Amino acid sequence: MSASKVIERDLVVIGGGPAGLAAAIAAKEAGCDVVLIERDRILGGILNQCIHDGFGLHRFGEALSGPEYAGRFIAQLKGLDVPVLQNTIVLNLSSDRKLLVSRMGELTEIHAKAIVLAMGCRERTRGALSIPGHRPSGVYTAGAAQNFVNMENIMPGKRVCILGSGDIGLIMARRMTLEGAKVEAVFELLPWSSGLPRNIRQCLVDYGIPLYLSTTVVNISGMGRLEGITVATVDDKRQPVAGTEKFFPCDTLLLSVGLIPENELAREAGVALSPITGGALVDADCMTSIPGVFSCGNALHVHDLVDRVSEEAERAGRAAAAFVAGKLSSGGTGVSILPGSGVRYVMPDHMTIPENPEETTLAFRVTTPKRDGVVRAAAGDTILKEEKHPRLHPAEMVWMRLSVEALRELKKSGKALEVSAS
Amino acid sequence: MSENRIKGEFTCVVCPNGCFIEAEYLEGGSEGPKLLSLAGNQCKRGETWVRQEIETPMRTISTSVPVHGGDFLLASVRTAEPIPLAKVQDVMAEIRKTSLNAPLSIGQVVLKNPAGTETEIIVTRNVAAAG
Repeated sequence: MSASKVIERDLVVIGGGPAGLAAAIAAKEAGCDVVLIERDRILGGILNQCIHDGFGLHRFGEALSGPEYAGRFIAQLKGLDVPVLQNTIVLNLSSDRKLLVSRMGELTEIHAKAIVLAMGCRERTRGALSIPGHRPSGVYTAGAAQNFVNMENIMPGKRVCILGSGDIGLIMARRMTLEGAKVEAVFELLPWSSGLPRNIRQCLVDYGIPLYLSTTVVNISGMGRLEGITVATVDDKRQPVAGTEKFFPCDTLLLSVGLIPENELAREAGVALSPITGGALVDADCMTSIPGVFSCGNALHVHDLVDRVSEEAERAGRAAAAFVAGKLSSGGTGVSILPGSGVRYVMPDHMTIPENPEETTLAFRVTTPKRDGVVRAAAGDTILKEEKHPRLHPAEMVWMRLSVEALRELKKSGKALEVSAS
Repeated sequence: MSENRIKGEFTCVVCPNGCFIEAEYLEGGSEGPKLLSLAGNQCKRGETWVRQEIETPMRTISTSVPVHGGDFLLASVRTAEPIPLAKVQDVMAEIRKTSLNAPLSIGQVVLKNPAGTETEIIVTRNVAAAG
Protein backbone atom coordinates (compact mmCIF):
# COMPACT_ATOMS: atom_id res chain seq x y z
CA MET A 1 0.00 0.00 0.00
CA SER A 2 1.20 3.49 -0.67
CA ALA A 3 -0.15 6.72 0.66
CA SER A 4 -1.22 9.64 -1.47
CA LYS A 5 -0.01 12.10 1.12
CA VAL A 6 3.11 12.27 3.27
CA ILE A 7 3.31 14.54 6.30
CA GLU A 8 5.95 15.09 8.94
CA ARG A 9 5.31 15.36 12.65
CA ASP A 10 7.38 15.60 15.80
CA LEU A 11 5.39 13.28 18.04
CA VAL A 12 2.51 10.96 17.22
CA VAL A 13 0.53 9.38 20.07
CA ILE A 14 -1.40 6.28 18.98
CA GLY A 15 -4.54 5.76 21.05
CA GLY A 16 -6.94 8.26 22.64
CA GLY A 17 -7.70 6.38 25.85
CA PRO A 18 -6.39 7.37 29.29
CA ALA A 19 -2.76 6.57 28.40
CA GLY A 20 -2.76 8.42 25.07
CA LEU A 21 -4.55 11.44 26.54
CA ALA A 22 -2.11 11.78 29.45
CA ALA A 23 0.93 11.21 27.23
CA ALA A 24 -0.21 13.80 24.67
CA ILE A 25 -0.96 16.38 27.38
CA ALA A 26 2.40 15.86 29.11
CA ALA A 27 4.30 16.08 25.80
CA LYS A 28 2.45 19.22 24.72
CA GLU A 29 3.05 20.85 28.10
CA ALA A 30 6.75 20.05 27.64
CA GLY A 31 6.63 22.15 24.47
CA CYS A 32 6.42 19.35 21.91
CA ASP A 33 4.36 19.42 18.73
CA VAL A 34 2.06 16.43 19.11
CA VAL A 35 -0.79 14.80 17.22
CA LEU A 36 -3.13 12.19 18.73
CA ILE A 37 -4.64 9.38 16.64
CA GLU A 38 -7.81 7.58 17.74
CA ARG A 39 -9.65 4.91 15.76
CA ASP A 40 -13.01 5.53 17.49
CA ARG A 41 -15.27 8.52 16.86
CA ILE A 42 -14.72 9.70 20.43
CA LEU A 43 -11.81 10.05 22.83
CA GLY A 44 -11.62 8.27 26.17
CA GLY A 45 -11.13 4.69 25.04
CA ILE A 46 -12.55 1.95 27.22
CA LEU A 47 -13.33 4.48 29.98
CA ASN A 48 -16.41 5.42 27.96
CA GLN A 49 -18.08 2.12 28.79
CA CYS A 50 -16.77 1.93 32.37
CA ILE A 51 -19.65 3.87 33.89
CA HIS A 52 -19.07 2.52 37.43
CA ASP A 53 -17.33 4.79 39.92
CA GLY A 54 -13.96 4.49 41.63
CA PHE A 55 -11.71 6.14 39.04
CA GLY A 56 -9.47 8.97 40.17
CA LEU A 57 -9.21 8.14 43.90
CA HIS A 58 -5.42 8.61 43.80
CA ARG A 59 -5.28 11.43 41.31
CA PHE A 60 -8.29 13.56 42.17
CA GLY A 61 -9.32 12.18 45.59
CA GLU A 62 -12.76 11.54 44.13
CA ALA A 63 -14.59 8.42 43.00
CA LEU A 64 -15.39 9.34 39.41
CA SER A 65 -16.99 7.25 36.69
CA GLY A 66 -14.92 6.32 33.63
CA PRO A 67 -16.44 8.96 31.31
CA GLU A 68 -15.95 11.63 34.00
CA TYR A 69 -12.30 10.67 34.51
CA ALA A 70 -11.70 10.71 30.75
CA GLY A 71 -13.66 13.96 30.46
CA ARG A 72 -11.16 15.83 32.66
CA PHE A 73 -8.25 14.84 30.41
CA ILE A 74 -10.19 15.47 27.20
CA ALA A 75 -11.02 19.00 28.40
CA GLN A 76 -7.36 19.60 29.27
CA LEU A 77 -6.23 18.32 25.85
CA LYS A 78 -8.70 20.58 24.06
CA GLY A 79 -7.46 23.53 26.10
CA LEU A 80 -3.95 22.85 24.84
CA ASP A 81 -5.01 22.78 21.18
CA VAL A 82 -3.56 19.36 20.49
CA PRO A 83 -4.75 18.17 17.07
CA VAL A 84 -6.73 14.93 17.28
CA LEU A 85 -7.37 12.63 14.34
CA GLN A 86 -10.53 10.71 15.19
CA ASN A 87 -12.03 7.85 13.13
CA THR A 88 -8.44 7.21 12.15
CA ILE A 89 -6.55 3.95 12.30
CA VAL A 90 -2.85 3.22 12.09
CA LEU A 91 -2.39 0.33 9.69
CA ASN A 92 1.36 -0.04 9.93
CA LEU A 93 4.31 1.19 11.91
CA SER A 94 7.83 0.78 10.55
CA SER A 95 11.04 0.53 12.51
CA ASP A 96 12.05 3.99 11.24
CA ARG A 97 8.90 5.57 12.76
CA LYS A 98 6.81 5.86 9.61
CA LEU A 99 3.10 5.36 10.12
CA LEU A 100 0.60 4.32 7.49
CA VAL A 101 -2.67 5.88 8.55
CA SER A 102 -6.19 5.39 7.18
CA ARG A 103 -8.79 8.08 7.69
CA MET A 104 -12.19 7.94 6.01
CA GLY A 105 -10.75 5.89 3.17
CA GLU A 106 -7.73 8.14 2.67
CA LEU A 107 -4.25 6.82 3.27
CA THR A 108 -1.62 9.11 4.72
CA GLU A 109 1.96 8.43 5.64
CA ILE A 110 3.22 10.20 8.74
CA HIS A 111 6.94 10.45 9.43
CA ALA A 112 7.41 11.03 13.15
CA LYS A 113 10.44 11.90 15.21
CA ALA A 114 8.91 10.05 18.15
CA ILE A 115 5.92 7.80 18.74
CA VAL A 116 4.01 6.89 21.89
CA LEU A 117 2.23 3.54 21.70
CA ALA A 118 -0.93 3.76 23.83
CA MET A 119 -3.25 1.26 22.15
CA GLY A 120 -4.51 -0.32 25.36
CA CYS A 121 -5.35 -4.00 25.58
CA ARG A 122 -7.88 -6.54 24.41
CA GLU A 123 -9.69 -9.36 26.17
CA ARG A 124 -8.84 -13.02 26.08
CA THR A 125 -11.69 -14.89 24.42
CA ARG A 126 -13.13 -18.39 24.52
CA GLY A 127 -10.67 -19.38 21.80
CA ALA A 128 -7.73 -18.55 24.06
CA LEU A 129 -9.11 -20.89 26.74
CA SER A 130 -10.05 -23.81 24.49
CA ILE A 131 -13.31 -24.47 26.36
CA PRO A 132 -14.90 -27.58 24.83
CA GLY A 133 -18.58 -27.91 23.91
CA HIS A 134 -20.95 -26.39 21.41
CA ARG A 135 -20.67 -22.94 19.89
CA PRO A 136 -24.03 -21.37 20.74
CA SER A 137 -24.75 -17.65 20.87
CA GLY A 138 -24.75 -16.13 24.35
CA VAL A 139 -21.02 -16.40 25.09
CA TYR A 140 -19.41 -12.97 25.37
CA THR A 141 -16.35 -11.38 26.86
CA ALA A 142 -17.28 -9.27 29.88
CA GLY A 143 -16.09 -6.11 28.13
CA ALA A 144 -18.21 -6.80 25.05
CA ALA A 145 -21.25 -7.22 27.30
CA GLN A 146 -20.29 -4.00 29.08
CA ASN A 147 -20.28 -2.21 25.74
CA PHE A 148 -23.72 -3.62 24.82
CA VAL A 149 -25.31 -2.68 28.15
CA ASN A 150 -23.65 0.69 28.77
CA MET A 151 -23.24 2.07 25.24
CA GLU A 152 -25.71 0.29 22.96
CA ASN A 153 -28.70 -0.28 25.28
CA ILE A 154 -28.72 -4.03 24.62
CA MET A 155 -29.07 -6.68 27.35
CA PRO A 156 -27.07 -9.77 26.37
CA GLY A 157 -29.30 -12.16 28.38
CA LYS A 158 -31.37 -12.85 31.47
CA ARG A 159 -29.68 -15.71 33.29
CA VAL A 160 -25.95 -15.25 33.52
CA CYS A 161 -22.87 -17.19 34.59
CA ILE A 162 -19.44 -15.58 34.66
CA LEU A 163 -16.10 -17.31 34.21
CA GLY A 164 -13.18 -15.43 35.73
CA SER A 165 -13.22 -13.07 38.67
CA GLY A 166 -11.31 -10.24 37.02
CA ASP A 167 -12.60 -6.77 37.80
CA ILE A 168 -14.59 -6.43 34.58
CA GLY A 169 -16.38 -9.72 35.28
CA LEU A 170 -17.21 -8.65 38.84
CA ILE A 171 -18.44 -5.24 37.73
CA MET A 172 -20.60 -6.85 35.06
CA ALA A 173 -22.07 -9.23 37.67
CA ARG A 174 -23.40 -6.17 39.50
CA ARG A 175 -24.35 -4.33 36.33
CA MET A 176 -26.37 -7.24 34.92
CA THR A 177 -28.08 -7.70 38.32
CA LEU A 178 -29.04 -4.00 38.48
CA GLU A 179 -30.50 -4.28 34.98
CA GLY A 180 -32.73 -7.15 36.07
CA ALA A 181 -30.75 -10.25 35.04
CA LYS A 182 -30.17 -13.15 37.41
CA VAL A 183 -26.45 -13.74 37.86
CA GLU A 184 -26.11 -17.35 39.03
CA ALA A 185 -22.45 -17.44 39.97
CA VAL A 186 -18.88 -16.39 39.23
CA PHE A 187 -16.31 -19.17 38.68
CA GLU A 188 -12.57 -18.68 39.16
CA LEU A 189 -9.88 -21.14 38.08
CA LEU A 190 -7.37 -19.93 40.69
CA PRO A 191 -7.71 -20.53 44.43
CA TRP A 192 -8.00 -16.74 44.86
CA SER A 193 -9.97 -14.04 43.07
CA SER A 194 -8.15 -12.03 40.46
CA GLY A 195 -10.30 -8.95 41.14
CA LEU A 196 -9.81 -6.14 43.62
CA PRO A 197 -11.23 -6.94 47.10
CA ARG A 198 -13.46 -3.86 46.91
CA ASN A 199 -15.13 -5.29 43.82
CA ILE A 200 -15.70 -8.71 45.41
CA ARG A 201 -17.54 -6.93 48.21
CA GLN A 202 -19.47 -4.33 46.21
CA CYS A 203 -20.32 -6.45 43.20
CA LEU A 204 -20.82 -9.98 44.54
CA VAL A 205 -21.40 -10.00 48.32
CA ASP A 206 -23.83 -7.06 48.10
CA TYR A 207 -26.04 -8.94 45.64
CA GLY A 208 -25.65 -12.44 47.07
CA ILE A 209 -23.79 -13.75 44.02
CA PRO A 210 -21.67 -16.80 44.91
CA LEU A 211 -18.00 -17.02 43.92
CA TYR A 212 -16.61 -20.52 43.31
CA LEU A 213 -12.82 -20.61 43.52
CA SER A 214 -10.66 -23.39 41.97
CA THR A 215 -13.49 -24.01 39.52
CA THR A 216 -13.66 -23.81 35.75
CA VAL A 217 -16.05 -24.40 32.86
CA VAL A 218 -15.61 -27.84 31.29
CA ASN A 219 -18.52 -27.85 28.86
CA ILE A 220 -20.85 -25.47 27.07
CA SER A 221 -24.31 -26.76 26.11
CA GLY A 222 -26.90 -25.50 23.64
CA MET A 223 -27.05 -25.69 19.85
CA GLY A 224 -28.60 -22.33 18.93
CA ARG A 225 -28.60 -20.35 22.15
CA LEU A 226 -26.59 -21.19 25.24
CA GLU A 227 -28.59 -23.49 27.55
CA GLY A 228 -26.12 -24.02 30.34
CA ILE A 229 -22.56 -24.71 31.37
CA THR A 230 -20.89 -27.54 33.22
CA VAL A 231 -18.27 -26.55 35.77
CA ALA A 232 -15.82 -28.67 37.72
CA THR A 233 -13.44 -28.19 40.62
CA VAL A 234 -9.77 -28.11 39.62
CA ASP A 235 -6.80 -29.62 41.46
CA ASP A 236 -3.60 -27.80 42.34
CA LYS A 237 -2.37 -28.36 38.77
CA ARG A 238 -5.56 -26.62 37.57
CA GLN A 239 -6.89 -29.83 36.04
CA PRO A 240 -10.63 -30.61 36.43
CA VAL A 241 -11.33 -33.30 39.03
CA ALA A 242 -13.55 -36.12 37.68
CA GLY A 243 -16.82 -36.49 39.54
CA THR A 244 -17.04 -32.82 40.61
CA GLU A 245 -18.99 -31.67 37.54
CA LYS A 246 -22.06 -29.56 38.13
CA PHE A 247 -24.52 -28.16 35.55
CA PHE A 248 -25.69 -24.54 35.71
CA PRO A 249 -28.57 -23.59 33.40
CA CYS A 250 -28.01 -20.12 31.84
CA ASP A 251 -28.54 -18.23 28.60
CA THR A 252 -25.41 -16.09 28.89
CA LEU A 253 -21.79 -16.78 29.78
CA LEU A 254 -19.48 -13.84 30.32
CA LEU A 255 -15.73 -14.41 30.13
CA SER A 256 -13.48 -12.27 32.29
CA VAL A 257 -10.31 -14.25 31.86
CA GLY A 258 -7.55 -11.78 31.33
CA LEU A 259 -6.36 -8.92 29.18
CA ILE A 260 -3.57 -8.87 26.61
CA PRO A 261 -1.64 -5.71 25.65
CA GLU A 262 -2.51 -4.68 22.11
CA ASN A 263 0.79 -4.73 20.26
CA GLU A 264 0.23 -5.71 16.63
CA LEU A 265 1.77 -2.43 15.46
CA ALA A 266 4.68 -2.77 17.87
CA ARG A 267 5.36 -6.32 16.68
CA GLU A 268 5.36 -5.28 13.02
CA ALA A 269 7.78 -2.48 13.79
CA GLY A 270 10.12 -4.95 15.49
CA VAL A 271 9.69 -3.66 19.04
CA ALA A 272 11.02 -6.27 21.51
CA LEU A 273 8.09 -7.63 23.56
CA SER A 274 8.03 -9.36 26.94
CA PRO A 275 6.83 -12.97 26.82
CA ILE A 276 5.36 -12.48 30.31
CA THR A 277 3.34 -9.26 29.94
CA GLY A 278 2.88 -9.23 26.15
CA GLY A 279 3.88 -5.57 26.30
CA ALA A 280 7.09 -3.90 25.18
CA LEU A 281 10.35 -4.18 27.05
CA VAL A 282 11.13 -0.63 28.14
CA ASP A 283 13.54 1.47 30.14
CA ALA A 284 12.65 3.91 32.92
CA ASP A 285 11.53 6.45 30.29
CA CYS A 286 9.09 3.92 28.80
CA MET A 287 11.30 3.78 25.69
CA THR A 288 11.12 0.50 23.77
CA SER A 289 13.94 -1.29 21.94
CA ILE A 290 13.40 1.13 19.03
CA PRO A 291 14.83 4.57 19.87
CA GLY A 292 12.08 7.19 19.83
CA VAL A 293 9.27 4.67 20.21
CA PHE A 294 7.67 4.73 23.67
CA SER A 295 4.96 2.58 25.23
CA CYS A 296 2.63 3.16 28.18
CA GLY A 297 -0.67 2.20 29.75
CA ASN A 298 -2.29 -1.16 29.12
CA ALA A 299 -0.39 -1.55 25.85
CA LEU A 300 2.73 -1.76 28.01
CA HIS A 301 1.36 -3.90 30.84
CA VAL A 302 -2.18 -4.37 32.12
CA HIS A 303 -2.90 -2.05 35.05
CA ASP A 304 -5.54 -2.32 37.76
CA LEU A 305 -5.94 1.43 38.37
CA VAL A 306 -6.34 4.06 35.67
CA ASP A 307 -4.71 6.64 37.95
CA ARG A 308 -1.44 4.72 37.52
CA VAL A 309 -1.94 4.55 33.76
CA SER A 310 -2.12 8.35 33.67
CA GLU A 311 1.02 8.68 35.81
CA GLU A 312 3.01 6.25 33.68
CA ALA A 313 1.78 7.79 30.42
CA GLU A 314 2.82 11.25 31.56
CA ARG A 315 6.31 9.89 32.10
CA ALA A 316 6.27 8.44 28.56
CA GLY A 317 4.93 11.70 27.10
CA ARG A 318 7.58 13.83 28.82
CA ALA A 319 10.34 11.45 27.73
CA ALA A 320 9.07 11.45 24.14
CA ALA A 321 9.09 15.26 24.14
CA ALA A 322 12.66 15.21 25.47
CA PHE A 323 13.64 12.77 22.72
CA VAL A 324 12.20 15.04 20.04
CA ALA A 325 14.12 17.96 21.56
CA GLY A 326 17.32 15.91 21.44
CA LYS A 327 17.58 15.90 25.22
CA LEU A 328 17.18 12.16 25.76
CA SER A 329 19.96 9.81 24.84
CA SER A 330 19.01 6.37 23.62
CA GLY A 331 22.24 4.52 24.17
CA GLY A 332 23.13 1.70 26.53
CA THR A 333 21.05 -0.64 28.61
CA GLY A 334 22.18 0.61 32.03
CA VAL A 335 21.00 -1.51 34.93
CA SER A 336 19.13 -4.76 34.27
CA ILE A 337 16.04 -5.30 36.39
CA LEU A 338 14.94 -8.87 37.04
CA PRO A 339 11.91 -10.43 38.70
CA GLY A 340 13.13 -12.41 41.71
CA SER A 341 11.30 -14.96 43.81
CA GLY A 342 7.61 -14.25 44.30
CA VAL A 343 7.52 -11.63 41.52
CA ARG A 344 6.05 -12.29 38.07
CA TYR A 345 7.50 -9.33 36.19
CA VAL A 346 8.97 -5.87 36.76
CA MET A 347 8.42 -2.81 34.61
CA PRO A 348 10.80 -1.38 33.42
CA ASP A 349 13.01 -4.35 32.63
CA HIS A 350 16.14 -2.23 32.36
CA MET A 351 17.04 1.27 33.29
CA THR A 352 19.27 3.84 31.73
CA ILE A 353 19.79 6.22 34.61
CA PRO A 354 17.40 9.17 34.18
CA GLU A 355 19.20 12.53 34.11
CA ASN A 356 16.78 14.81 35.90
CA PRO A 357 14.44 13.17 38.42
CA GLU A 358 15.59 12.30 41.91
CA GLU A 359 13.54 9.15 41.98
CA THR A 360 12.14 6.65 39.58
CA THR A 361 9.41 4.04 39.74
CA LEU A 362 9.27 0.28 39.46
CA ALA A 363 5.91 -1.42 38.89
CA PHE A 364 5.54 -5.15 39.46
CA ARG A 365 3.14 -7.94 40.33
CA VAL A 366 3.57 -10.71 42.87
CA THR A 367 2.86 -14.34 41.97
CA THR A 368 0.66 -15.36 44.92
CA PRO A 369 -1.36 -13.55 47.64
CA LYS A 370 0.53 -12.83 50.88
CA ARG A 371 -0.21 -11.30 54.26
CA ASP A 372 2.41 -9.18 56.04
CA GLY A 373 4.64 -9.38 52.99
CA VAL A 374 7.95 -7.71 52.27
CA VAL A 375 9.00 -6.48 48.84
CA ARG A 376 12.67 -5.85 48.24
CA ALA A 377 14.82 -4.35 45.49
CA ALA A 378 18.36 -5.65 45.89
CA ALA A 379 21.60 -6.18 43.99
CA GLY A 380 23.42 -9.12 45.51
CA ASP A 381 23.71 -8.32 49.22
CA THR A 382 22.98 -4.63 48.76
CA ILE A 383 19.36 -3.78 49.53
CA LEU A 384 18.28 -0.60 47.73
CA LYS A 385 14.77 -0.57 49.11
CA GLU A 386 12.58 -2.70 51.31
CA GLU A 387 8.90 -2.12 52.01
CA LYS A 388 6.39 -3.88 54.22
CA HIS A 389 2.93 -4.53 52.83
CA PRO A 390 0.09 -5.79 55.06
CA ARG A 391 -1.34 -7.46 51.99
CA LEU A 392 0.14 -8.39 48.62
CA HIS A 393 -2.05 -9.71 45.82
CA PRO A 394 -1.37 -10.69 42.18
CA ALA A 395 -4.41 -8.60 41.16
CA GLU A 396 -2.84 -5.46 42.60
CA MET A 397 0.23 -3.97 41.02
CA VAL A 398 2.91 -2.79 43.43
CA TRP A 399 4.58 0.57 42.76
CA MET A 400 7.96 1.19 44.34
CA ARG A 401 9.88 4.47 44.21
CA LEU A 402 13.67 4.20 43.99
CA SER A 403 16.19 6.98 44.36
CA VAL A 404 18.19 7.66 41.22
CA GLU A 405 21.27 8.17 43.39
CA ALA A 406 21.10 4.54 44.53
CA LEU A 407 20.77 3.41 40.94
CA ARG A 408 23.87 5.36 39.92
CA GLU A 409 25.82 3.50 42.59
CA LEU A 410 24.40 0.24 41.32
CA LYS A 411 25.36 0.98 37.75
CA LYS A 412 29.00 1.40 38.81
CA SER A 413 28.93 -2.08 40.33
CA GLY A 414 27.60 -3.60 37.10
CA LYS A 415 25.16 -5.78 39.02
CA ALA A 416 21.52 -6.41 38.12
CA LEU A 417 18.69 -5.22 40.31
CA GLU A 418 16.41 -7.99 41.49
CA VAL A 419 12.91 -7.39 42.87
CA SER A 420 11.47 -10.07 45.13
CA ALA A 421 8.50 -10.58 47.45
CA SER A 422 8.31 -12.76 50.53
CA MET B 1 -34.95 -12.53 69.48
CA SER B 2 -31.61 -13.06 71.21
CA GLU B 3 -28.44 -11.11 70.58
CA ASN B 4 -25.69 -12.87 68.63
CA ARG B 5 -22.03 -12.01 68.92
CA ILE B 6 -20.56 -12.38 65.41
CA LYS B 7 -16.96 -12.34 64.15
CA GLY B 8 -16.82 -11.03 60.62
CA GLU B 9 -14.12 -10.36 58.02
CA PHE B 10 -14.32 -7.22 55.91
CA THR B 11 -12.27 -5.95 53.02
CA CYS B 12 -12.31 -2.19 53.21
CA VAL B 13 -13.48 -0.53 49.97
CA VAL B 14 -12.75 3.07 50.92
CA CYS B 15 -9.45 3.20 49.04
CA PRO B 16 -7.39 0.83 46.90
CA ASN B 17 -5.38 -0.34 49.95
CA GLY B 18 -8.28 -2.73 50.53
CA CYS B 19 -7.46 -3.36 54.20
CA PHE B 20 -8.48 -6.73 55.57
CA ILE B 21 -10.39 -5.90 58.76
CA GLU B 22 -11.61 -8.38 61.35
CA ALA B 23 -14.56 -7.12 63.36
CA GLU B 24 -16.80 -8.34 66.15
CA TYR B 25 -20.38 -7.17 66.25
CA LEU B 26 -23.75 -7.80 67.82
CA GLU B 27 -26.73 -8.74 65.74
CA GLY B 28 -30.35 -9.27 66.71
CA GLY B 29 -30.51 -6.54 69.35
CA SER B 30 -33.37 -4.06 69.50
CA GLU B 31 -31.16 -1.25 68.11
CA GLY B 32 -29.99 -3.24 65.07
CA PRO B 33 -26.45 -4.47 64.36
CA LYS B 34 -23.72 -2.86 66.50
CA LEU B 35 -19.92 -2.87 66.10
CA LEU B 36 -17.98 -4.03 69.19
CA SER B 37 -14.33 -4.15 68.11
CA LEU B 38 -12.11 -4.29 65.05
CA ALA B 39 -8.51 -4.88 63.97
CA GLY B 40 -6.44 -4.68 60.79
CA ASN B 41 -7.39 -1.24 59.47
CA GLN B 42 -4.50 1.00 58.37
CA CYS B 43 -6.41 4.22 58.99
CA LYS B 44 -9.36 5.75 60.82
CA ARG B 45 -11.44 5.68 57.66
CA GLY B 46 -11.36 1.89 57.86
CA GLU B 47 -13.01 1.97 61.28
CA THR B 48 -15.68 4.42 60.12
CA TRP B 49 -16.31 2.28 57.09
CA VAL B 50 -16.63 -1.03 58.97
CA ARG B 51 -18.99 0.56 61.50
CA GLN B 52 -21.14 1.83 58.66
CA GLU B 53 -20.81 -1.46 56.79
CA ILE B 54 -22.23 -3.29 59.79
CA GLU B 55 -24.76 -0.73 60.95
CA THR B 56 -25.96 0.90 57.68
CA PRO B 57 -23.99 -0.05 54.53
CA MET B 58 -23.86 2.73 51.89
CA ARG B 59 -23.15 2.41 48.16
CA THR B 60 -22.91 4.55 45.07
CA ILE B 61 -24.59 3.12 42.01
CA SER B 62 -24.08 3.77 38.32
CA THR B 63 -26.38 3.02 35.45
CA SER B 64 -27.51 4.45 32.12
CA VAL B 65 -30.55 6.38 30.98
CA PRO B 66 -31.89 6.46 27.38
CA VAL B 67 -31.32 9.75 25.53
CA HIS B 68 -33.50 11.19 22.77
CA GLY B 69 -31.83 13.09 19.94
CA GLY B 70 -28.25 12.60 21.09
CA ASP B 71 -25.02 11.37 19.55
CA PHE B 72 -25.18 8.52 22.09
CA LEU B 73 -28.13 6.20 22.80
CA LEU B 74 -27.47 6.33 26.53
CA ALA B 75 -26.19 8.77 29.10
CA SER B 76 -24.36 7.22 32.02
CA VAL B 77 -25.52 8.45 35.42
CA ARG B 78 -24.56 7.85 39.05
CA THR B 79 -25.55 8.81 42.57
CA ALA B 80 -23.69 11.96 43.67
CA GLU B 81 -23.53 10.61 47.23
CA PRO B 82 -23.64 7.05 48.56
CA ILE B 83 -27.11 5.70 49.36
CA PRO B 84 -28.16 2.92 51.73
CA LEU B 85 -27.50 -0.48 50.14
CA ALA B 86 -31.05 -1.46 51.07
CA LYS B 87 -32.39 1.33 48.81
CA VAL B 88 -30.42 0.38 45.67
CA GLN B 89 -33.25 -1.49 43.93
CA ASP B 90 -35.78 1.26 44.75
CA VAL B 91 -33.48 3.93 43.32
CA MET B 92 -32.85 1.80 40.22
CA ALA B 93 -36.62 1.47 39.74
CA GLU B 94 -36.98 5.27 39.75
CA ILE B 95 -34.07 5.80 37.38
CA ARG B 96 -35.55 3.20 35.01
CA LYS B 97 -38.64 5.40 34.56
CA THR B 98 -36.47 8.28 33.34
CA SER B 99 -35.37 9.32 29.87
CA LEU B 100 -33.47 12.44 28.84
CA ASN B 101 -33.16 14.81 25.91
CA ALA B 102 -29.81 15.82 24.41
CA PRO B 103 -27.70 17.87 24.87
CA LEU B 104 -26.45 16.76 28.29
CA SER B 105 -23.33 17.61 30.19
CA ILE B 106 -21.41 15.96 33.00
CA GLY B 107 -22.81 16.88 36.42
CA GLN B 108 -26.32 17.71 35.22
CA VAL B 109 -28.95 16.58 37.74
CA VAL B 110 -31.44 13.99 36.51
CA LEU B 111 -33.32 13.16 39.73
CA LYS B 112 -33.38 14.64 43.22
CA ASN B 113 -33.81 12.45 46.30
CA PRO B 114 -34.80 9.28 44.41
CA ALA B 115 -36.73 6.83 46.63
CA GLY B 116 -36.37 9.22 49.55
CA THR B 117 -32.55 9.06 49.60
CA GLU B 118 -30.36 12.08 50.30
CA THR B 119 -28.66 12.24 46.94
CA GLU B 120 -29.00 13.40 43.38
CA ILE B 121 -28.63 11.33 40.24
CA ILE B 122 -26.13 13.10 37.98
CA VAL B 123 -25.11 12.64 34.36
CA THR B 124 -21.55 11.38 33.88
CA ARG B 125 -21.24 11.67 30.10
CA ASN B 126 -21.44 14.64 27.78
CA VAL B 127 -24.01 13.91 25.07
CA ALA B 128 -24.24 16.31 22.15
CA ALA B 129 -27.39 16.78 20.10
CA ALA B 130 -27.33 14.50 17.07
CA GLY B 131 -26.17 16.56 14.11
